[in-house]
Amino acid sequence: MEVIQGIPVIGILVGLVVYLSEVVLLNGPIIVALAAPLALGAMCGVMNERSGVVNIGIEGMMLTSAFVGWFVASSVAQAFPAEPHPFFGATPALVAGLIGALLAGMTLSAVHAWLSISVRADQIISGTIINIAAVGITGYINLLLTQSSPPTAGKFQNFRPPSELNDIPVLGDLLRAVLAQGPITMSAIVLAILLQIWLFRSRWGLRTRAVGEHPKAAETVGISVIALRYRNVIIGGVFAGLAGAWFTLDFGNSFQSGMTNGRGFIALAALIFGRWHPLGAYGAALLFAYASSLGIAIRTSPPAGSLGDILTSIPPQVFSALPYIVTIVVLAGVVGRSIPPASVGRPYEKEAST
Amino acid sequence: MPSGIARSVHCRREGLSLTDRRTTDSATPAAPVTEAVTIEADAHVDAPALEMRGITKRYPGVVANDRIDLEVRPGEIHALLGENGAGKSTLMNILYGLATPDEGQVLLDGREVRIKGPSDAIAQGISMVHQHFMLVPVLSVAENIMLGEELTSIPGFLDTKAASARIRDLSQRFGFDIDPEERVGRLSVGSQQRVEILKALYRDARILVLDEPTAVLTPQETTEIFGVLKRLAAEGHSIIFISHKLYEVLELADRITVIRRGKVVGSRTPAETNENELAELMVGRAVSLVVDRGESHPGDPMLSIDRLTVRNDRGRETVHELSLEVRAGEILGIAGVAGNGQDELVEAVVGLRKPTQGTIRLDGVDITAEGARSLHQLGVSYVPADRHRFGLVLSYPLTDNLVLTDYYGPPYARGFVRNERAIRAQAVEAIARFDVRTPSADVAAGTLSGGNQQKLVVAREFDRDLKLLVLDQPTRGLDVGSIEFIHRQAIQKRDAGTAILLVSAELDEVLELSDRVGVMYRGRLVEILDGRTADREHVGLLMATGGREKVSAES
Amino acid sequence: MIARAGRALILPASALVLALVVGAIFVIASSPLITGEVDWNLPLVAYLALVKGSLGSVSGWIETLVNATPLILAGLSVGLCFKAGLFNIGAQGQALVGALAAAAAGAAVAGSPPVVAIPIALAAGFLAGGLYGLIPGALKAFTGAHEVVVTIMLNYVAIQIIAWAITGPLQAPGASFARSPDVGSARLPTILATAGHELHAGVLLALVAVPIIYWILARSTVGFEIRTVGANPDAARYAGMRPRFLTMLTMSAGGVLAGLAGSAQILGVTGYMPAAYATNVGFDAITVALLGRAHPVGILFAALLLGGLRAGAPAMQIEAGIPVQMIDVLQAVMLFFLTADIIVRRIFRLRKVEGGVDELQTVSRTYGGQTTAP
Repeated sequence: MEVIQGIPVIGILVGLVVYLSEVVLLNGPIIVALAAPLALGAMCGVMNERSGVVNIGIEGMMLTSAFVGWFVASSVAQAFPAEPHPFFGATPALVAGLIGALLAGMTLSAVHAWLSISVRADQIISGTIINIAAVGITGYINLLLTQSSPPTAGKFQNFRPPSELNDIPVLGDLLRAVLAQGPITMSAIVLAILLQIWLFRSRWGLRTRAVGEHPKAAETVGISVIALRYRNVIIGGVFAGLAGAWFTLDFGNSFQSGMTNGRGFIALAALIFGRWHPLGAYGAALLFAYASSLGIAIRTSPPAGSLGDILTSIPPQVFSALPYIVTIVVLAGVVGRSIPPASVGRPYEKEAST
Repeated sequence: MPSGIARSVHCRREGLSLTDRRTTDSATPAAPVTEAVTIEADAHVDAPALEMRGITKRYPGVVANDRIDLEVRPGEIHALLGENGAGKSTLMNILYGLATPDEGQVLLDGREVRIKGPSDAIAQGISMVHQHFMLVPVLSVAENIMLGEELTSIPGFLDTKAASARIRDLSQRFGFDIDPEERVGRLSVGSQQRVEILKALYRDARILVLDEPTAVLTPQETTEIFGVLKRLAAEGHSIIFISHKLYEVLELADRITVIRRGKVVGSRTPAETNENELAELMVGRAVSLVVDRGESHPGDPMLSIDRLTVRNDRGRETVHELSLEVRAGEILGIAGVAGNGQDELVEAVVGLRKPTQGTIRLDGVDITAEGARSLHQLGVSYVPADRHRFGLVLSYPLTDNLVLTDYYGPPYARGFVRNERAIRAQAVEAIARFDVRTPSADVAAGTLSGGNQQKLVVAREFDRDLKLLVLDQPTRGLDVGSIEFIHRQAIQKRDAGTAILLVSAELDEVLELSDRVGVMYRGRLVEILDGRTADREHVGLLMATGGREKVSAES
Repeated sequence: MIARAGRALILPASALVLALVVGAIFVIASSPLITGEVDWNLPLVAYLALVKGSLGSVSGWIETLVNATPLILAGLSVGLCFKAGLFNIGAQGQALVGALAAAAAGAAVAGSPPVVAIPIALAAGFLAGGLYGLIPGALKAFTGAHEVVVTIMLNYVAIQIIAWAITGPLQAPGASFARSPDVGSARLPTILATAGHELHAGVLLALVAVPIIYWILARSTVGFEIRTVGANPDAARYAGMRPRFLTMLTMSAGGVLAGLAGSAQILGVTGYMPAAYATNVGFDAITVALLGRAHPVGILFAALLLGGLRAGAPAMQIEAGIPVQMIDVLQAVMLFFLTADIIVRRIFRLRKVEGGVDELQTVSRTYGGQTTAP
């Protein structure tokens, strides 16, 4: 990579662009992996907000699911140790853990649904309560357990794509990035596609969108707004559960207190940036994941020359903060132009008075 | 004829004479049938298409429907007449399943039915077109119409093509010109209403309920929709429409049922009644339909608007180079269908929106760039169309609402410190003077009825020396008593020398109050007429078409 | 007025009682991990220890007040913003930034006389907090970006700022772990001390803040404007109030209060800031504001309650073996019952109860950048 002599600034900028693109290829697999919890969290958000319910408790749902998944998997692994199955290295323990995570997500979603839809509490406060509860309860139980230190259940193994892919340039790398992943990461893109189709082509998707925009209109043609919202919010919990399971069963194999680290909120930003479209949210998730991976890339394989010097002199905390800053920039630039479903945040009252 | 059922073979436009209160167990036979012209009346079906018996519905503090009986025959256009809050909408909500009655029964074709929700109603062939359209703006016409009744090819997946084909079919049959693929948000109001009617037809509705269908239409569109409704009736559909507009009801309906305070007070055919009698039934006493506004004695121009251009929130120009003048001591009324730029014009005048071009002068002073507060200090008052948005803070007590525009200066505050006692004292006085019915001055404004809320706003805005008063839909949704009160107050202000700019979608209100009448169409002032000689038809035409001349100077 | 206060207390009190019941169930369920068998008496032991640890001795009272100090200030921050229809989840980040500024300024003036050093350090703290609160306020005012997600992001950014500062320019040379230099004479004076527990003057700051905020909200024109913007921004605009300015002002004021909370901790308790500084003040402040129904006096009492719980928690851990995180669990459960007030009503056979969380101005209505009134 040459620096254009005599015009160092332009040279550095060109070098920066080249380097940033290189990072994409270099870190392809890890970017796709890191995007998974964000995308899955965003899809939980799609199910909620497209129906008209604000859910900022995705972070708490992810954290709780991560914990429950790990806990169930470890307990089952202790009771029923087994050899990993060739399909993603599955074991009964891991599957049990996955199911536990999904159930945890659905349970917390049911609580949020009840508070938002039936009790008609402020939805942001309801989501905040879930976040506080998640941190408190997982922290408490985790502390109690680490005193007896259960062994880990391991994690799902990544899919191994055929080695011929290594020979195909660029496309091969991209395919490998998508395919050499664990099951939950791969499910993220598949589910994004399915959800996109479902939302815009199916009967239930149409009803969901109508309820999100104009619940009274939907009610007057016989759709039960309340039932639909309950159903969608709880299904959203499945996505949050998957996102949580990613932390402890796919990407990692143990639980640390607070390990989701704000990714549930970044998922919300991905949702808004993606204009409440599942595929758009997935793209936004990739962007945020890229920002996360940039810091590590600069530390482990910085570019050569003066560009490298500049980049490595930036304190590492800046890169750690980068995803959060990008989120703020996205929100500030996009909200207002990106319009949410019209009824989002407003509780629905069924029988209007005279 | 069986004595238990007072049955008459319906003959439209021949005028049968009916008793005042229709009871199904009275043995009173109807007057002799004149020309027996049956319309699709099956010999076996001798029951009315719809019968509601003894419907009673109570809400906390009010009996919305009190043992109401209603009967509608096949192919009949039946009007429910009553003023705002009389209970007409409640009755229809019950029919459509949006509310459940405390007592009473609903019978269709003589069989009792239970309607627990809109899906039941739709299944029984009842469809409702609401006053505020139940359409999702971001979805297409086809998606809106098929919502809830979706056609699917592969199970679960929408078959939009088939639905669109069916819609086009129906559309052509009735002479509508609707493109199923178009986004509803882009359609005109009249077209949106047709989409609502298509929704009903798509579901094979036999009984069609329309709630205040002409509230948002021009007189031209009103005539068109009347034609559509008559065609539908001729094909055997029964139509119930709710209205408070007397002349419409007389023109369109075959029978009129008047409801007052939750009870049926009379049932007439158009031939046997007139506007005055209907008004009296509606209100319960002799009503003078026209407030005598007396002569105006206009002085110097107070408000001068010169080539004003204003954009709306989306950036579209909704007021184009508009000029007008209001003199002290006169009322200038702006007629026009909602959405022709009136909102933006009003907001510019009261300082809530900055115009992009043009000037506004108050008593000679340029106020174009002034904000709401300085205008208020200069003697401008505003009664907004949406009192829940700009007029009141519903969670605040009446005291705070009354000082909403004056709270920052003496006597209500000194520097940063508020003077609670002074605030309270003026509140008590204002409430008495403007006859606001409330248990105390400290209750939240949201607990007041609509009429009293508006009186509260009026109390705040009228109760000072004013140069200019801007009234925007000042009596929308109010009962007759409140309407009269506010109209009288406005005329008093005019006689005291205030210039009044009145904007209203109610043509009657404009014609009744205004000394001069202007018509707004697509952001321009089309013509200004003398209030004494303005012809209703002419104004209606201008509202609908904008006249042939574009912007004319003041006449 | 006493009657009204009493009625407003019913819901928070009932929520607390129910939370204690649920907490007891948690404790019983956890007992096998602690004592090896199911212990039905454990909740009693735990709760008694809590009470003893917080109210049973002078040192207990001191700890309660020391814990309550940042909670009062941060609770006022969140509560004030609630009144304006804003949700300041960023009290955490604002407190951190304020603490950092106070630590830095304190270190800089460590040698000067206390009369000079303390005000300077405090001023640095609340100015930094105010600026950090202005950011989401300005973003909300000019772009409509909802303060909830922005402030949560800023919380995480604040952690990084502190990590960078204290391992970098602000690192105390020669210390055994990464921390800022001692603030010396900028330390807040001790009012009361016994057996290793010290009550610092920060509590006075907090106690003074309560009537000040109350007066501003209830009696001043600015408070009227803040409340009106929260209740109906359109009417506020017509009344000549400036919603944008008020949004920024309120978020800044929230930042000032939260910054003071953080500063009080640094200047009062430790005297320096460690790089791994951890605090739960953000969520605690939300709990306090909701429990206290965004009313300054309510916030005061709620802060004392939560401060007491945290003060007694170590005793509970020693005597009953229950981790101090139990307080977090109690907190979450209390909030749940506050919000789901119909449960409380059903159990205690009450009619419509004053003090429900949804009686606060709803903060969700501006989520998508909308500005219309409810």
